[in-house]
Amino acid sequence: MSTEAVGLHVEPRRPLPLAGAWAWIRHHLLSMYAVLALLYLFLPIVVVIAFSFNNPKGRFNYTWDGFTTKNWTDPFGVPGIGSAIRISLEIAVLSSICATVLGALMALALMRYRIRGQGALNMLVFLPMATPEIVMGSSLLTLFLNVSFVALGFVTILIAHIMFNISYVVVTVRARLAGFDRHLEEAAHDLGANGWTTFWKVTLPLIAPGILSASLLAFALSIDDFVITYFNSGSTITFPLFVWGSARVATPPQINVIGTMIFVVAVGGMLTNIFAQNRRSKRSLA
Amino acid sequence: MSAIAQAGGVTGSERPRRPFFSFGRRRKLIAYGLLAPGLAWLLVFFVVPMGYLGYMSLQSGSYPSFSFAWAWHNYSDAITAFHTQFLRSIEYAGIATAIALLISYPLAYWIAFRGGRWKNLFLLLVIAPFFVTYLIRTLAWETILADDGWVVSILHTLHILGPNGRILATSGAVIAGITYNFMPFMVLPLYVSLEQIDPRLLEAAKDLYASSRMAFLRVALPLSLPGVFAGTLLTFIPACGDFINAQLLGTPQQYMIGNVIQSQFLVINNYPEAAALSFVLMAAIMLAVIVYARLLGTDRLMGAAAAAA
Repeated sequence: MSTEAVGLHVEPRRPLPLAGAWAWIRHHLLSMYAVLALLYLFLPIVVVIAFSFNNPKGRFNYTWDGFTTKNWTDPFGVPGIGSAIRISLEIAVLSSICATVLGALMALALMRYRIRGQGALNMLVFLPMATPEIVMGSSLLTLFLNVSFVALGFVTILIAHIMFNISYVVVTVRARLAGFDRHLEEAAHDLGANGWTTFWKVTLPLIAPGILSASLLAFALSIDDFVITYFNSGSTITFPLFVWGSARVATPPQINVIGTMIFVVAVGGMLTNIFAQNRRSKRSLA
Repeated sequence: MSAIAQAGGVTGSERPRRPFFSFGRRRKLIAYGLLAPGLAWLLVFFVVPMGYLGYMSLQSGSYPSFSFAWAWHNYSDAITAFHTQFLRSIEYAGIATAIALLISYPLAYWIAFRGGRWKNLFLLLVIAPFFVTYLIRTLAWETILADDGWVVSILHTLHILGPNGRILATSGAVIAGITYNFMPFMVLPLYVSLEQIDPRLLEAAKDLYASSRMAFLRVALPLSLPGVFAGTLLTFIPACGDFINAQLLGTPQQYMIGNVIQSQFLVINNYPEAAALSFVLMAAIMLAVIVYARLLGTDRLMGAAAAAA
């Protein structure tokens, strides 16, 4: 698709003294607006990173009191923060694996087969994404209170995270399947491959990038979740719950250090993904 | 994340094609077999809990012994006691959604039409900030809007804010926080719908002597309306149920329905009334989603959701 600047381009006009400047401003107005919007989006992130180098005098990390690197050399030096991160990582890994398997299978079924009640199924997949977290959190809590098959804690958090991640996996894998050339499967079939072989040798490798990005998304959503976790955690403390608890008592700068680390890892992963895809599409064009 | 890049390819019209080899019953079994585990999980841990929420909302008694009693008065009690917070949630979420639309639309437009081959990179820049933990982001806004921060001091020198005026602990701060925190849900659906517009349509409008403004108003804007609807819905809903921004950036005078549900459930342990409040919130939103699905179809909805993912 051609993507030339057609949006707000300005026709050349008769040059008046100030008109040149005005035309330039008009032409770049949208770009300036976009840059301002991006700056706005990054403003809090700059603050988070800057304050990870802060040396606060009091218990709270809200005002700038001087530069130090000691938070970075000792990121786990606050009691409780290490175990909170470990629990968050465990839940993120387990829930993203389970949700990816369940969600990818659902996406395959929804895209590949005619199923009665497709509309209702779409709705069921969509609703968890559209329901406010507080409603999902509180309704799961009422389930766990009424049906006490498991105590609130690690397992209930895991159950909740798998639940809200499934929908995101389904829509991500579905998007990948939608752009999938069915002739490749037909070709495999014509060459004598049975359904199973076709799936393993053709379908799965082609949708693997979609499955990978779905699982990364699930991981990111899980590690960041606060509201649903808060309702169903019992006395287990994940990293966001740790931040919540400290916001009332004391905010050690180590929170910012860990926040920055998660940010850097996530953005690094996404950048790698984008560049890998660009290279792949370039190669396939050549 | 490439989910977003892929979402660009999602149109509202894809349908499962006719299977090229069909073994009848066996295929059907495979389909249901693939579907079953995920479907069961969603039913047991999403649909059934909603039932329990309704069941809980009709119970009466006091903590920890509640019993079912068709206690419809929980609903009227809850609404009488907390209609201020309900209305405030709708007001804050509405204003935040409108501001988010004003900030996001030009940004999404710029990326879609001026981004060129860097589109994905710009899109990454837009969502990258949201990979910093939600609570840490909100605490950063607390620093930015603090009474001795630079934002307040600039507003003081410009006399926009009175000498004792502050931002933190006002409605403005809470709305600002909500606007910021739910921005991706607005930008991404907008981007997807704008990106699908063929730039040649705008060129055609120009060739037919439309001014830039008219080309935008008559061509680009109407074609991007599905994105506007999706973005508005996907921003407004989570914003309505939020309690973190009001808690961290506001005071009890700014508390929203989320704060009430949270404290009724986890602090006061008044489960039936909390469940009633939660149920009312969900019913209102369910209605909005169903109306939306009727207008645009569930496939569209999935496309928009894929964009948000």
